[in-house]
Amino acid sequence: MADVNRGNRPLSPFMLGKDYRLQLNSALSLAHRITGIGMALAAVMTVFWFLGLAYGPESFRTVDDLVTSWIGGLVLLGSVAALWFHLLNGVRHLVWDTGHGLEIEQTDLSGKAILAATAVLTLLTWILSY
Amino acid sequence: MNFRTDRQRVQGLGSAKEGTGHFWQQRVTAIALVPLALLFILPYARSLGADFATAQETYASPFNAIVAILFILTAFRHLQLGLQVVIEDYIQNHGTRTVCLLINTLLTTAFALAGVFAIAKVAFSA
Repeated sequence: MADVNRGNRPLSPFMLGKDYRLQLNSALSLAHRITGIGMALAAVMTVFWFLGLAYGPESFRTVDDLVTSWIGGLVLLGSVAALWFHLLNGVRHLVWDTGHGLEIEQTDLSGKAILAATAVLTLLTWILSY
Repeated sequence: MNFRTDRQRVQGLGSAKEGTGHFWQQRVTAIALVPLALLFILPYARSLGADFATAQETYASPFNAIVAILFILTAFRHLQLGLQVVIEDYIQNHGTRTVCLLINTLLTTAFALAGVFAIAKVAFSA
């Protein structure tokens, strides 16, 4: 039974290309993966920052200067935005897991809502961190 | 009704006996990360760019240190589970996939424990 029609189906990532029209929902799904993978970099940077702090003032200066340089700042801003987006979209997924909010109009609305909330919370975090 | 494919029958690997374990762990770590991320982000963001003594003092607080340790452990476990799915989805070659999965497990474990050790050392020596 399970062997029926194997091979004709598109393989992942089938959401890009001719088989699937890009829409808000699939774009956000893709963004969830990209932000997840991207935050691997932020997580590794965080561990290096704590290691720098553990090794003492000199190594802390080196690591902290790197993290707060303009390129480090850019990565940080991206990481904060990625964290909020991934967290909010993750909660959306948890709600979906309970079987709620799965109608197309509802997913469009919640998608737009988390995008707006991501922008607000990223800005708020940036302001509060000084 | 037999749901196993020809390939599975030939390989004789059978069920991995893990059921929904991966799915469930991904959800449990996700739920844990919501409060942990909220508690972790501000003290951490405020310590970036601060002087050594201020940063050290922040993580000398047991609360901040415990939150940071729980956050690092849970985040790296969640990351490991997430990257595993990405690797399984996009890397088709069996050998390359196995190597990538192995590297994923080793690196996420190593970074998680290095992070925990660093935070503990800061907390205990401040």
